[in-house]
Amino acid sequence: MVTKSRNAILVSALRVSALCIVLAGFALAQGGGELRFCLHSEPKTFDPLKVEDDASVSIRYLTGGVLLRINRQTQALEPELAQSWKVSKDAKQITFKLRSGISFSDGTPFSAEDVVYTVRQLMDPALHSPTGDSFRSGPGIVETRIISPTDISITFPAPVAGLDRQFDQVAILSAHSPKKEMAVLGPFMVADYKPGATVLLVRNPNYWKTDAQGKKLPYLDSIRLDIQPNRDVEMLRFKRGEVDLINSLDSEYFDKLWQIAPQVVHDAGPSLDSEQMWFNQVEKSPLPAYKKTWFRSASFRRAISEAINRDDLSRVVFRGHAQPAVGPISPANKFWFNAKLSAAAAYSRDAALKALQGEGFQLQNGTLKDKDGNEVVFSIITNSGNKYRERMATMIQEDLGKIGIKVNVVTLDFPSLIERMTQTFEYEAVLLGLTNTGLDPNEQMNVWLSSSENHQWNPSEKTPETAWEAEIDKLMREQASSADARARKKAFDRVQEIVVDEVPFIYLVNRNALSAVAADVQGASPVILSPQTFWNADRLEVKGERLALK
Amino acid sequence: MPRHRQFASSALLQKIARHSLALVATVLLGGFLAAVLVRLAPGFEVDERQLDPRLNSESVHALVQARAAPHNIFSFYVRSLERAIHGDLGTSISLGQPVSSLLRERAPLTLRLVALGLILSWTSAMALGLSAAWLRTTAYDALTTVLSGTFLCIPAAVLALLSVLWNLPGALAIALIVFPQVHRYARNLLAKAYNLPHIITARAKGLSESRILFWHVVPVVAPQLLAVAGVSVNIAIGAAIPVEALCGLAGVGQLAWQAALARDLPLLMNVTILVTLVTLLANSSADVIGHVLRSQQA
Amino acid sequence: MRLFRNNAWRTLACAVLLVVVVVSLAANWLAPAGYAKQYREATDAAPSGQHWLGTDEIGRDRFARVLYGTRISLLLAPAAALLSTLMAALIGGLAGYLGGTWTRAAMAVTDLFLSLPWLFLLITVRAVMPLNVTPLASVVVTFLLLGLLGWTSAARVLCATAGSLRDSDFVRQARALGVRPLRLFWLHVLPNLKPVLYAQFWISIPVFILTEANLGILGLGVAEPMPSWGSLLRELEGLVSLGEEPWKFVPLVLLAVVVTSFQFVLSEQQEAAA
Repeated sequence: MVTKSRNAILVSALRVSALCIVLAGFALAQGGGELRFCLHSEPKTFDPLKVEDDASVSIRYLTGGVLLRINRQTQALEPELAQSWKVSKDAKQITFKLRSGISFSDGTPFSAEDVVYTVRQLMDPALHSPTGDSFRSGPGIVETRIISPTDISITFPAPVAGLDRQFDQVAILSAHSPKKEMAVLGPFMVADYKPGATVLLVRNPNYWKTDAQGKKLPYLDSIRLDIQPNRDVEMLRFKRGEVDLINSLDSEYFDKLWQIAPQVVHDAGPSLDSEQMWFNQVEKSPLPAYKKTWFRSASFRRAISEAINRDDLSRVVFRGHAQPAVGPISPANKFWFNAKLSAAAAYSRDAALKALQGEGFQLQNGTLKDKDGNEVVFSIITNSGNKYRERMATMIQEDLGKIGIKVNVVTLDFPSLIERMTQTFEYEAVLLGLTNTGLDPNEQMNVWLSSSENHQWNPSEKTPETAWEAEIDKLMREQASSADARARKKAFDRVQEIVVDEVPFIYLVNRNALSAVAADVQGASPVILSPQTFWNADRLEVKGERLALK
Repeated sequence: MPRHRQFASSALLQKIARHSLALVATVLLGGFLAAVLVRLAPGFEVDERQLDPRLNSESVHALVQARAAPHNIFSFYVRSLERAIHGDLGTSISLGQPVSSLLRERAPLTLRLVALGLILSWTSAMALGLSAAWLRTTAYDALTTVLSGTFLCIPAAVLALLSVLWNLPGALAIALIVFPQVHRYARNLLAKAYNLPHIITARAKGLSESRILFWHVVPVVAPQLLAVAGVSVNIAIGAAIPVEALCGLAGVGQLAWQAALARDLPLLMNVTILVTLVTLLANSSADVIGHVLRSQQA
Repeated sequence: MRLFRNNAWRTLACAVLLVVVVVSLAANWLAPAGYAKQYREATDAAPSGQHWLGTDEIGRDRFARVLYGTRISLLLAPAAALLSTLMAALIGGLAGYLGGTWTRAAMAVTDLFLSLPWLFLLITVRAVMPLNVTPLASVVVTFLLLGLLGWTSAARVLCATAGSLRDSDFVRQARALGVRPLRLFWLHVLPNLKPVLYAQFWISIPVFILTEANLGILGLGVAEPMPSWGSLLRELEGLVSLGEEPWKFVPLVLLAVVVTSFQFVLSEQQEAAA
């Protein structure tokens, strides 16, 4: 037994030394160690322009070089590959002054041509990427002009709201590198990909940034991303010291970890994401007419919203790691949140019941009936596998039961749910979350425009079916075509007020941004914006021994 | 006598030919039925990405268009088969890679997991079943029953998570999922065999246990146990899905699960064909061996 | 002596089952607050005088949920197991007994059944069902489906058993004596299938209980707020990584005890029959 383990040590020592030699020849190892964390799904693409899913977004963040970067901590825009930039008054044109002397990971020099190439690829109408679509505010061609090898201007056919901030999402591709999208400008590059198992990133030897002492960044030698959709397994491996970071940590796990090692967990406060519920208001849906009448009545929706105890949802389901939601914008979005909407709808069973009685509803033997005697019964569908949503739905079920409404909770697999929401409209109410990646309300454009597919409560309206939807349409267009931040803010404040008043979405809670960072990771300061824990990956280090938590 | 043997072997050949023909037909039917089931299930023509509010109408339409289902599933299947003959199994919708390379990369791992899981579960199940039959102590029988009963009650996901927790190989988790089922069949069949009058008599006469086992018990229980063996392959494949998914093992089980969630028709169709093929091979070989054994006895 | 001991085990098993059934039927008295009441001030609580097994994540009394869950699962799972066992006996037994083309055709169908992705059928069933079904109707439909789909592996084993019986001397003799085939099947073949039938029945109970819980992801199975053993067992998944809270294992222990008891009840009959 002893000899066997000795042998094993010898073999692994040999392997390690062989690996070191390889690494030394490959890139100068800085001894920053290897950072390890989990991706929750298979990355769908390594092409930064096509990126949509969370896993690919994480990889793009770690590997892609961008002209401008939103500092995840200060929420301010900072220069990266561009030294400086300027947006024209009409919000159609942006000019960049690029840094010089930078090269891609494969050694190909970076120049204005690469930016032109990237923008052309991105604006290709056949690409259909969310990043590209966010720039597409009107018909016409995007013009790019190289003024000098380091100066470039890009002109859009129509004003683009928040134009400069959107470049945070545009990773620059090389126009000339034979390695195509695998030649990168970011701190890391993809070295190995085992589908279903791992993505290995190693430091980009040509990364341009240095720290204050002039030491080349990134500190880390490599990042190992394990593809692991299961949160329980992720947690297990974190406790065992096999994983260094957990983003959007479960609140239960947060509490348990806090009990054993309070220093590893971080609650950064409310995030941008919201959990919400809405009723099906589609005219042509196969619901009975009397139910459509309920769901299309704003006072019915308001009463339901009032009858839901949001404090209990945050306290019980999220163990206090969530705030009752006020409206479409989380208070965490400091600039765009409408501060006049100070508090979430107060819970009041009696007020809700009274409002419903004012609409002709009656409570008979504990059952609520509408004025024609139909029992108020509806189902809430939500996606399966999300225990928080299941629990919220069950609590809402009990809350609404107190005013005589019978709620059935049905969990569905995601494709079935999407089909009901977008094609067959065979549903009554949905409980889902909205993930906001960016701060700018323009990213929510297609939720608010009544003609859009993602106008979930009543998609693709030919003309706005209600006056308030027409007003939202007008305000959203107004803010999108303006470069004046104050005017945009005013328009979007009004949108928030209308939404809170008409309740197309019943906003429930804003979850806190919870994360865990192992003690051996140095330099981490988790934030609310994604990617919470590794936004400063180029300055992170893994030092010391990995310890299992007991 | 030699002529008789020759006749028997040509009959065997014929039987094998007939079996293989039926096998191919069943496999093809399996693939087709899988395609129909997947196609008819809701959520086939949607894409998770279409909920991204940043996408404009044209892009959402493009996504929906790309998912639009083949109108005639039968002609779609026939075309897929034609391509498959030329070695092209199609491209996975969700992963964007050729199905053949996905399967080639992942099959060995699953094969190893399932094989090891089966060996482990059968060894333990037979050991427990036989020892209980030999000892004939109710307390011991009760003990093994409680043991396998408990494993039967633990959700597969929990067993898989435990194997992650204790750093155990995934094959062990599969073995623990398969074990109670095999054990129950083996225990019942062996108990019954050892209760047969002539075996009780033989034991009373003091014949050696191994002689009783191989001369008297095995012939009685072999056909059934072979059938259980065939079926247990299928159970093990089923167990591979949660185990691979939770333990982060990149095998066919994990692939099948991802494909199901994404309604990935080409991938699901081929995975089903593969599973049907393995099931049929396992069960048919169990049948054939059983048949040979019986004809030898006769 | 052995017989007596066997009987003692069997009596014990029967007593255990009886106690479980009686206690679950008495749920209304033992847990008058019901399984759905949310004690929102005492969520995820440890056992106490008020909540004997603590509360779950949204503050529901776990003891009440176990009792009511027992009612649902202990009634429906054996029923579904019985259905699948009967189907297996009929399809597998007859196919094996009739032999020839019958066997081959039945086994080809069985193999297909074993390999098809039934998940998609279940998804379709959920789509056809209205959204506003009562939790009870949903769980009954689910168990019915499980019973209808769960017969395959047993059918294969039964077919092999019946096939070897068909070739056995006593059946040949009986046939030669002119005993009618169905009577022969009923009197001589079916009793010999018992070990397999009991195994199938016994395995099916916990397997169906667990599958029912897993089908929750498709919107089938028991719906909130109703409890079932399966949904209670799913709590264990989080437990592995969360640490020690032994009272959460009670549903698992209870299920294991019940399943083992079933085995003793059946096991005794089997040996008596032999």
